[in-house]
Amino acid sequence: MVRYFKTVYHIIEKDLLLELKSKEVINSMLIFALLVVVVFSFIFEPGAEYKNDLAAGILWMSIIFSGILGLNKSMMNEINGGNLNALLLAPVDKSAIFFGKGLSNFLFMLIMEVIIIPIFVVFYDVPIMNNLLFSIITLLLGTYGFAILGTLFSIISVKSKTREVMLPILLLPIIIPVVLSAIQAMNIFLKGDDISESFKWLQLLLVFDIVFTLVIYVIFDFVIEE
Amino acid sequence: MGYLGVKVNSSLITVDQLKKKYGENEALKGVSFSLAEGDFLSIFGPNGAGKSTLLKLLSAQTRPSGGKIYYGETEIKDLTDDFRTKFGVISHLPFLYDSLSAYDNLKFYAKLYGVENIDFRIKEILDIVELTHRKNDLVRNFSRGMLQRLSIGRALIHNPDIIFLDEPYTGLDQHASNILTRILKELFAHRKTILMVTHNLAKGYELSSKLAIIRRGEMVFFKDKDDVNDYEFEDIYISLVS
Repeated sequence: MVRYFKTVYHIIEKDLLLELKSKEVINSMLIFALLVVVVFSFIFEPGAEYKNDLAAGILWMSIIFSGILGLNKSMMNEINGGNLNALLLAPVDKSAIFFGKGLSNFLFMLIMEVIIIPIFVVFYDVPIMNNLLFSIITLLLGTYGFAILGTLFSIISVKSKTREVMLPILLLPIIIPVVLSAIQAMNIFLKGDDISESFKWLQLLLVFDIVFTLVIYVIFDFVIEE
Repeated sequence: MGYLGVKVNSSLITVDQLKKKYGENEALKGVSFSLAEGDFLSIFGPNGAGKSTLLKLLSAQTRPSGGKIYYGETEIKDLTDDFRTKFGVISHLPFLYDSLSAYDNLKFYAKLYGVENIDFRIKEILDIVELTHRKNDLVRNFSRGMLQRLSIGRALIHNPDIIFLDEPYTGLDQHASNILTRILKELFAHRKTILMVTHNLAKGYELSSKLAIIRRGEMVFFKDKDDVNDYEFEDIYISLVS
């Protein structure tokens, strides 16, 4: 088991080093997320009351679409030069390689969110600080679910010529429970509603994350086979 | 138990009626041969003959549609992940991250393969492939020849006993080609088992102890080099593949 976690760690370490030198994944996600946040801010008239009903959806839209861009970029690093083949030739558990990649993508998305959320708060003037702890929990659970499933589908779609289209087509229908739960929970926090109403959404997010982590752990060898 | 950690009979690698289908296309149609420890087999054949597919099957990158591969007496599907430390693969793709330095690439793969004394081993490998002076340069700035030399270093970082090479001379300049030839001769002298797919008849003949030709998924020729001279072999190759 120690070796398993060491492999996960080595993959994350390599991805962070790669990103530190190339800055491709985070920069592309950041620019796209910023564009979504800024462009959608033009919808609202200054002081519009209904913006808190929509803001969570816009935030998650920017996270999801920029995340898809980042997943494609991240997986291209493994395809260029045949690195994915080299990883699969290594004497390590293949699912450890997957979780290394998945957690790297999770970290890249978190870094992007840490930068984009303050900008989002400024543009939309939403009271995210009212329920900061629960907002962070929602972001962590939602981003993890998206990153893990997104990594799986990016591995499946990356060898396709139409990978930019293929990834969202495969991923978005499966990810609906994550997006729905995360938006509903964030809506409750941003509108200042009773926090207890968000628990069912957070539970759904948690269950989704656990179930898909276990399912991927079991099936990844078969998925990557051909 | 042999050095592979598996039960060893006289053959190190035995391939029995190996078949591989991609959809309706039959890439390999029942290939059989065996190799002993220390053999150097060069496999020749036209494009699309099934040479690279054979290497992928032998290095467990894909599963056969039929037939069996044995390492010693153990079938490949029964071997554990640890078995992968016993072989290194050199492909026409470099298997390197172009935004990392030569040193960082080797360090990453050394960690994955559980190499001990990593810094010492990297120094050793960079000396062998004559890239010590470029160890901190990003791989994206390397020429094709330097990329291939570093790729050889990556494949040898864990000191494998079996080496698979897929068109290793493709696109190499004379200097890089000479270095590769020197390394292969040294590995052969150290009784490493080598299986090389190549279009280069002269180089393959010069280096190998066994020769094989694959045509349309079938092994149509397999002999010890001692049993055929180079002129004969060229004629045989032309008559079999044309």
